[in-house]
Amino acid sequence: MAGFTAEAGSARLFWLRGGRLLTGLLSLAVTLLGLLVFTFILSHLSPVDPVLQIAGDHASESTYVQVRHELGLDQPLPVQFWRYLVHLAHGNLGISRLTNSPVASDLLRTFPATFELATCAMIFGAFFGILLALVAAWKPGSVVDNIARMISLLGYSVPVFWLGLLGLLLFYAVLHWSAGPGRLDDIWIYTLEPKTGLMLVDSWLSGDKEMFRNTIAHLWLPVVVLGLLAMAAITRLLRAALLEESSKEYVTLARAKGASRGRILLLHVFPNVRGTLITVLVLSYTSLLEGSVLTETVFAWPGVGRYMTTALFASDTPAILGSTLLIGGCFITLNALADALTYLTDPRTR
Amino acid sequence: MPTEHSPLVVAKNLTISSPAGATLVNNISFSLGRERVALVGESGSGKSLTARSLMGLLSPALHLQASTLSVAGENALTLNERRWSQLRGSKLAMVMQDPKYALNPMRTIGWQVAEPLKLHARFSRAEIKEKVCDMLNAVGLPQPAELMKRYPHQLSGGMGQRVMLAIALIADPQLLIADEPTSALDHAMRDQVLALIRRLVEERNMGLLLISHDLQQVSEHCERVMVMYQGDILDTLPAAELPQATHPYTRTLWSCRPSKATQGKPLPTLDRAALEAHREHD
Amino acid sequence: MTQNLTDLDIAPTGRRRRPRVTSLAIGGTLVAILLLAALFAPLLAPFDPNAQIISARLLPPSATHWLGTDGFGRDLLSRVIYGSRPTLLLVSLILLLTIPVGMLVGICAGYLGGWTERVLMRITDIFLSLPNLVIALALVAMLGPGLMNGALALALTSWPPFARQARAETLALRRSDYLAAAKMQGINGLRLMFGHILPLCLPSAVVRAALSLGGIILSAAGLGFLGMGVQPPTAEWGSMVAEGSKVIFDQWWVAAAPGGAILFASLAFNLTGDGLRDRLDTRNAN
Repeated sequence: MAGFTAEAGSARLFWLRGGRLLTGLLSLAVTLLGLLVFTFILSHLSPVDPVLQIAGDHASESTYVQVRHELGLDQPLPVQFWRYLVHLAHGNLGISRLTNSPVASDLLRTFPATFELATCAMIFGAFFGILLALVAAWKPGSVVDNIARMISLLGYSVPVFWLGLLGLLLFYAVLHWSAGPGRLDDIWIYTLEPKTGLMLVDSWLSGDKEMFRNTIAHLWLPVVVLGLLAMAAITRLLRAALLEESSKEYVTLARAKGASRGRILLLHVFPNVRGTLITVLVLSYTSLLEGSVLTETVFAWPGVGRYMTTALFASDTPAILGSTLLIGGCFITLNALADALTYLTDPRTR
Repeated sequence: MPTEHSPLVVAKNLTISSPAGATLVNNISFSLGRERVALVGESGSGKSLTARSLMGLLSPALHLQASTLSVAGENALTLNERRWSQLRGSKLAMVMQDPKYALNPMRTIGWQVAEPLKLHARFSRAEIKEKVCDMLNAVGLPQPAELMKRYPHQLSGGMGQRVMLAIALIADPQLLIADEPTSALDHAMRDQVLALIRRLVEERNMGLLLISHDLQQVSEHCERVMVMYQGDILDTLPAAELPQATHPYTRTLWSCRPSKATQGKPLPTLDRAALEAHREHD
Repeated sequence: MTQNLTDLDIAPTGRRRRPRVTSLAIGGTLVAILLLAALFAPLLAPFDPNAQIISARLLPPSATHWLGTDGFGRDLLSRVIYGSRPTLLLVSLILLLTIPVGMLVGICAGYLGGWTERVLMRITDIFLSLPNLVIALALVAMLGPGLMNGALALALTSWPPFARQARAETLALRRSDYLAAAKMQGINGLRLMFGHILPLCLPSAVVRAALSLGGIILSAAGLGFLGMGVQPPTAEWGSMVAEGSKVIFDQWWVAAAPGGAILFASLAFNLTGDGLRDRLDTRNAN
């Protein structure tokens, strides 16, 4: 009896998948290029004249022209763009006017702090978000469901910087459960050997239990504040996906087999929302990167976000644009990753 | 003669109404033993709703009423969800219309066929595997060991339907409800699948409720036919007597199929006004 | 096929009971309150929002000053009420910029197909995968802070979802009988696109607008918080929170009030968006 669909030869499958991933990579490259064009254009919109910055306000005409030539600003735009790309390839993002060090090294120094904050917040948000979504989808329309929806709606609508401020007020000033802004108390900041830049790891490796505890005391509040943001979005979207799947035929058949509601939700429906879940998680991470810009400012967290806002206040153009590139680049890459993962985990594309 | 030791289903004055108050199934009564019965009607006649109510799978928005509804010896009106879960799959089973939608796209065939066993019996993994293979063989699927690892989208319609049958029968239920099991299949497949259902139901001495809109198809495989129209059971008769049906609706349904005899002649159509009048009269 | 989180919003089907007080009702009421506050601010506000009374600095909430006063002695309630104006103005500007552009791109892409579609969608995807707030911050930093620049900056990253949706709808409509009938009457090209396709894409554009407004308000507030929005002394919620953050530990009300207003506004639009989407989906499902 003819039945099995033709099993694609493994070679053909490889080319099919490889081709798809290649187009994905190409589109990623094009999007990154778009971002670069954007930051390049922005750098030319800067109100601060870079020539005057270097030559000084009272520079003579000839000095002005000379400095301008050195900076390559007298070249046609496409040539300037090429130079821009070449500089980028060499890791040269310019010099920060504020810190007087290369923007690239500044970013490298501050990135681990943001990474630690965003990743911990992601874990918090994902754990509670998935849990809340499952509980809500278990009995749609019940009291629990409505509470879950309200929590997620509030988390979706609250300004994160305000939440952070109130959190500091309550948990730091009033209850003293949080150690407040910053990553570590001053007494330890100078004794800590930064190995990875991740405070949790470094303080653990140093062996000082007090230091480690202090790290957590500083870390937990910004993680919860930021994590609530992720949790809200994850609950909202995952619950909707679960409910939509639950109205499908195979769920009725599963009930006809005698499976309980909980079993159906976990073992039947949940695997089918895997694609949506992955996308939601990855996109939540991107929104956390953005949210960290504001959160880091509130908590004086020395990450890329705070670096950027400090640069904003000081009109430090290279630093602003460098941060934009970094965060924008992460955003774009994560989006592409979400696409790729969704494609790879769907057995229908095997 | 069908064996009717004890009826598997007894329904008296079964009424299903929508939240807006519209009556979808209107005060019907019937019983079902270990026999093959067909429930035939157009779409909207309420046949699917009736079938679902026998398994407690009616949408909670709909309102169910009956003076008696007994299914597999239990009072279906008072069962809670837990008890229903115990009955479904083990005593009652269902086969649905389209395997493309009714099978879980993310689970292997083996996993899906084994599930009723895992839910209702205690077997070891090896025993389960063996039973799944036996069942897949019984429904006529080749190479069961290979098939178990496949996913539903890799199967054709006919194979998918056989898998659904395997899922339904693996835990040895007493009653099988088949809700338009062949509507999504092509013509050649339909008879094969129906014959398979009939054979398995006979072998296991089960009851069968076959929902369909094709009167001729069910006449060949069932012993008794109930004809539904807009929520009422208009006619109940043995399948053998279909050609000599007296009810106008049944007669029209039976004789409106194109065949060699009707070639060149206009097919009879239903006179709905007369039908409504007839119903009022009843 | 990159997306923002708001693009993934799916209406859950199979809701069992119809809730008596719908999200749409509550959200609509809140939005109405917001609009009224903005329109009738001079009548509703008890004090002049910019009147500085140094002797009344940092007073806690009382009978005269319901929400207290800030560091310049200005009444917070009045400032919060007046603060609705820049917010709603910004939101209106952004909508005015994004919806036409987005729908134009989407409809053209869906209707014309071929290379036009590919190029337009590629551009859409590029903007879609850019972070809203960060890009807006960078742009405003370069162009200078202010309402117009802020609106422009946020609009730049807000239009892609509209384009995406309009294109998807246009593609679906292309094969419809409705369009075929129009074509047979000789209606083609621009007139077809604007006279026939556009009106059909409008309802879902409205829903999408409502859904994304909540997030836009938060981003706009973020801009204000970082001093990149409307400049002082104009009352704007984000910058008011920033001012209040300096005295948060002792005079918490200075930051709490405007932040609460932001939450109120965002909640209002999110609820309205949810309600509209559910309404639209049930209509489609029927």
